[in-house]
Amino acid sequence: MTFLPKPKLHHPKLPTNSVGLTRRDYEGSISTLCAGCGHDSISAAIIQACFNLAIPPHRIAKLSGIGCSSKTPTYFLGAAHGFNSVHGRMPSVLTGAYLANRDLIYLGVSGDGDSASIGFGQFAHSIRRGVNMTYIVENNGVYGLTKGQFSATSDKGSVAKKGAVNTDQPIDLAAIAVQLGATFVARSFSGDKDQLVPLIEAALMHQGAAFIDVLSPCVAFNNHPGSTKSYDYVREHNDALNRLDVMVPRQEIIASYAPGSLTEVVQHDGSILRLRKLHDGHDPTDQASALHALMAGKAAGEIVTGLIYVDPEPGALHESLGTVAAPLNGLGDDDLCPGVAALDKINASLRS
Amino acid sequence: MPQGLTATNDFVVKFANVNGSGSASANGLFAKSILRMGVPIASRNIFPSNIQGLPTWFEVRVSEAGHMGRRGGVDMMVAMNPQTWDRDVAEIEPGGYLFYDSTRPMPKSKFRDDINVIGVPLTEITNNAYSDPRQRQLFKNIVYLGALSALLDMDVEAVKASIAAQFKGKEKLVPANFAALEMGREWAQANLACPIGLRLKAADKVGDRIFIDGNGAAGLGAVYGGATVCAWYPITPSTSLAEAFEKYCTRLRKDPETGAKRYAIVQAEDELASIGMVIGAAWNGARAFTATSGPGVSLMQEFLGLAYFAEIPAVLFDVQRAGPSTGMPTRTQQSDLLSAAYASHGDTKHVMLLPQDPNECFEFGADAFDLADRLQTPIFVMLDLDIGMNDWLCEPFAWDPARKMDRGKVLDEAGLDAAKNFGRYLDVDGDGIPYRTWPGTHPEKGAFFTRGTSRDRYARYTEEGAPYVDNMQRLLKKFHTARSVVPRPVTRMAKEKARDGVIYYGSTSAAMSEALAALEAQGVHLDAMRIRAFPFHDDVAAFVAAHDRVFVVEQNRDAQLRTLLINEESIDPAKLIPVLHYDGTPITARFIQSAVADRASSANVLPFRKATP
Repeated sequence: MTFLPKPKLHHPKLPTNSVGLTRRDYEGSISTLCAGCGHDSISAAIIQACFNLAIPPHRIAKLSGIGCSSKTPTYFLGAAHGFNSVHGRMPSVLTGAYLANRDLIYLGVSGDGDSASIGFGQFAHSIRRGVNMTYIVENNGVYGLTKGQFSATSDKGSVAKKGAVNTDQPIDLAAIAVQLGATFVARSFSGDKDQLVPLIEAALMHQGAAFIDVLSPCVAFNNHPGSTKSYDYVREHNDALNRLDVMVPRQEIIASYAPGSLTEVVQHDGSILRLRKLHDGHDPTDQASALHALMAGKAAGEIVTGLIYVDPEPGALHESLGTVAAPLNGLGDDDLCPGVAALDKINASLRS
Repeated sequence: MPQGLTATNDFVVKFANVNGSGSASANGLFAKSILRMGVPIASRNIFPSNIQGLPTWFEVRVSEAGHMGRRGGVDMMVAMNPQTWDRDVAEIEPGGYLFYDSTRPMPKSKFRDDINVIGVPLTEITNNAYSDPRQRQLFKNIVYLGALSALLDMDVEAVKASIAAQFKGKEKLVPANFAALEMGREWAQANLACPIGLRLKAADKVGDRIFIDGNGAAGLGAVYGGATVCAWYPITPSTSLAEAFEKYCTRLRKDPETGAKRYAIVQAEDELASIGMVIGAAWNGARAFTATSGPGVSLMQEFLGLAYFAEIPAVLFDVQRAGPSTGMPTRTQQSDLLSAAYASHGDTKHVMLLPQDPNECFEFGADAFDLADRLQTPIFVMLDLDIGMNDWLCEPFAWDPARKMDRGKVLDEAGLDAAKNFGRYLDVDGDGIPYRTWPGTHPEKGAFFTRGTSRDRYARYTEEGAPYVDNMQRLLKKFHTARSVVPRPVTRMAKEKARDGVIYYGSTSAAMSEALAALEAQGVHLDAMRIRAFPFHDDVAAFVAAHDRVFVVEQNRDAQLRTLLINEESIDPAKLIPVLHYDGTPITARFIQSAVADRASSANVLPFRKATP
């Protein structure tokens, strides 16, 4: 971490987005994580994605659990409400927040301990319910704040800093998210901003449960030889399925690509996800193909990244529930209280 | 035959049945028919954690005087369950009546000499009348209802009207049920001396009272209280509360044009997720609640500490059952008071409301949402199985047409623009309650970070001692503010000046009013205070101070309310005499009367004093 305060003033010619904000307006307070932490790169990618999409920061609610990753919402989007809840329980708090107001954008930030161990159940159920959210796991394979214990995403055979070898099978959160019916599943690497920023943009625009597993090396406890979540290891084994450009509705396609190398997914809201394919045989709109890509990559010892799965027609929980279009937290007495006449009728029905 | 008990409109009938045999419907008809005759009753299901096969009982207290608690003792047993025969027969008062299926002969040793035995060959009657085994079973219940109607001199038209009401929408079934009713009635009139000493006589004592279970009433209270988010996990005995909320919402809370719902109900994966969703929704400005029981409250502890410390409104309906652990899931107790009042690690205290019947379940069910918003903290509404799952005769629900939701101290966009110095945990008004904002309110102002870690008045993370203590002291001040906004205790002074008092709460109230009347008749005069909320109003300590001794009547082993009184009000424990009933059945008037009378008589003796020199 740094102890130098950020200057409030910024360059007058700093570029602004369509809502007149600069990238600086999307920042938060100074990170207290270790210098070089992958999580800080993810925070920077979130800031960039929100700036690019010109989302007014206060229309985002950012929620997290407990752990290093869950501290990061303080470090981006300072004008947004944040909620650092309890360990492993971000998904339920986010679900409740989403039920209360369907009009905000919900960004859940969690870690591998938070989502794959103590909160595995809540991770699973929030996804299978189709909560309209962007759920980012900052995955470093280790418990950082308690100084270096293996997490449930640690690969079998990975070596801890103090020399212990992990003997348990890892949980692949992305594969599980596909199985649970997440309508957007991606994996990326904190060190690959070009890949990560468009994935976050696409997830934020996705109208359903969007999950991104971001490998984010822990410089303090999991960045040594023998670790399968170190910067070097992830760089060497990163096998991207595709490259994503997020397209907003009505935007012209400018670049040209070799035939057959481009996949376009038109989403329900008209936005287009344009994917440059890097892998033959992977169809990102097919769950079986997505799972196959993950399993084949694992068998080959590679870390499969990119947009793994997307359902262009996602459903979300509010649609399943059939709730009104207006946010529930804005309904007033007349909408909610049935009144005296209705109560008199109920009383009458309860007399014999 | 011994001299039979005689009583009109004042006796106890208990039905012993096998769970899943269809008896609940016939027993319910029996209860509602008496109400239809204008005679007040209190009915209670005593049922197993089981769907089919285990014993279940239904106890009907008939009381023209309007005593709605359990009296204790059984004047007539309808013994339909061979498994529990011996203890059912043993429970009958001397001179009472045993009604049984006499199709198969029973040895004399299975009866008692001091009771009146009434045998009706129910199986024979239904076997002759029906060929389908299911019909034989179901109509057997209606046949005994018919026999009872003759034995107890019930108004048969009232019974028929109840049957017609029960099968509203399924009118095809009515004639067959009438026929079975007549079958039982005619057999009894032809073969037995009807009526017996216990009789029902039409009265006009029910008035405009309603008959409903507490869970249903609380669910309706949540609708009127403006709840829009319900997150819950099924657990006996609270399940029917969330289901009632859904039922009433389906009827009352849909957009009339689109049919879209003005509410969201999520059956969560567990109680942790339930309370997490409630907290997330309430943080984001919706009125949200969960319904649970003791084991659920145990699971929610960590989140409750977060809601207390981060100051998030939440409403929990705790329908208490017998603990600890899985305990007796279908039996009643008031044994979650301490785990709710002090839920979570660290220094925490929570507000509890203690309704006495379904009417207060509705009232407090709605009030809880105003209190949660006003105090920005979890509010427990403490029902129990007896109130929650039994139908009670109670005052009709009332609603002030001018009433509006009190959303508490929430700053909107204009409010934030006008506020000079917004601090989420700043005590602006001196009542310990700060102002909050909902996410998405203002582009530049009012955003803050909600956390379970320590923070200063401006919601900034800190581990410094002084701001931590400052915050904890403010939370205490807020809890003190709560004393004056929660429902006040209700005091009932004895007719004669009393040196002793009694404190009680919740479902004990019904039995208590009968016990107080009986004690008064015995010459034991007690002032009585019914506590309706925690933290305690100032009246409570004053009441204790004004009496030599105060009996504290509760339905738990460890005298949990007494513990709270001692702990929170610094009352001398010697002054508070525990009276405890915790076998899982609802407390009875006779139990209270006897426990208090024993001790009160010794307390009424003036202590020997030496003459002052």
